[in-house]
Amino acid sequence: MKKYWEPFFGGLIKNNPTFVLLLGMCPTLAVTSNAVNGFSMGLSTTAVLLMSNVIISLLRKVIPDGVRIPSYIVIVASLVSMVQLLLQAYVPAVYEALGIYIPLIVVNCIILGRAEAYANRNTVGLSFFDGLGMGLGFTAALTAIGLVRELLGNFSVFGISFAGVMPEWIQPISLFVMAPGAFLTLAFLIAAFNKIRTKKKLPVKREVGCNGHCADCSSPSPDCKPQ
Amino acid sequence: MDTFMSLFLVVVTSALINNVVLSQFLGLCPFLGVSKQLKTASGMGVAVMLVITVSSALCSLLYEFVLVPFELTYLNTIVFILVIAALVQMTEMVIKKFSKPLYESLGVFLPLITTNCAVLGVALTNVQNENDLLTSVLTGFGTALGFFIAIVLMSGIREKIAHNDIPKAFQGMPQALLAACLMSIAFYGFKVL
Repeated sequence: MKKYWEPFFGGLIKNNPTFVLLLGMCPTLAVTSNAVNGFSMGLSTTAVLLMSNVIISLLRKVIPDGVRIPSYIVIVASLVSMVQLLLQAYVPAVYEALGIYIPLIVVNCIILGRAEAYANRNTVGLSFFDGLGMGLGFTAALTAIGLVRELLGNFSVFGISFAGVMPEWIQPISLFVMAPGAFLTLAFLIAAFNKIRTKKKLPVKREVGCNGHCADCSSPSPDCKPQ
Repeated sequence: MDTFMSLFLVVVTSALINNVVLSQFLGLCPFLGVSKQLKTASGMGVAVMLVITVSSALCSLLYEFVLVPFELTYLNTIVFILVIAALVQMTEMVIKKFSKPLYESLGVFLPLITTNCAVLGVALTNVQNENDLLTSVLTGFGTALGFFIAIVLMSGIREKIAHNDIPKAFQGMPQALLAACLMSIAFYGFKVL
């Protein structure tokens, strides 16, 4: 059992996909104008990541090496379409709020990155816990960013407003719920993570993905070492 | 004249007002990853421009003449991503065959574009807004133009600030994100106008 804890907690904190590996930036910035959206985006991505990791790990000896990226894309795209239809049917409010970013889970670097770097060469059980850890790490990060933006930009927590109890001379900083606020919040959160990691003498990654090549790798692969 | 004007507005809107990177957050991977040097950034920008324009035309055609008549519209995500992947491969092969210098300057960026969410994003937005073929192509072109402008400006800024003395925790990504934040505020001005 112990061997499964490592990929799980690794994805959750030590190799957090958003703050440490710097993967999947598009949904991270786009849907986090409040915590609830961030949370639901995180959970949808977790569902896809979990299933894709398991399926790809099951098929890792069947898929020929030359066509593995297209095969992964087809598997992931089918899963995303399923999740999209399920959301549309059962939670239309979430479907409306996330809009185009649900189908765009297909091109989320985390999913192809984990397929290529982990599920491709590990057993089904390990891949399952890796997917779960990474997915929940992503969810936690998105919720955290959404919480900060909502708190400062709208004076509310998970949609519950506390603007009424604030004195009148303190106004919410509406910049935070607009597009620039996303960049600002993420910059400061990553800097905080960097600070903690430098103190603990852990490696700090300075560049996004692997020079923009999402499908190619994520941190553990040898040709993309954190600096 | 009116139609011309409205088509021109489509391009301006998707290039500046709804800038793909700075207000819609699509294509951030290359925007943050390949923007360290002006030369590589403009190469990436041109490659993306080529792929987005062609792919939005292809996806729009496929949607209108294959997916809708056969009632397969729920398959659009799968079909579009496959079309984009194939298109990128083909563009790479064609450029390699016909123009060696062009391949050397653009070729390295082409494989990166398959997972650029701006490409799929434009195709899906076109379908969602029920754009006709011409509007789709122009939206694609405008979006790509916006991406080009954003990545070139970003690389210019990053070249300037690369060797500045800043706190260690902010070096790399946070610094780039702060630059993007300021650019995003500037582009917000187009919306208010």
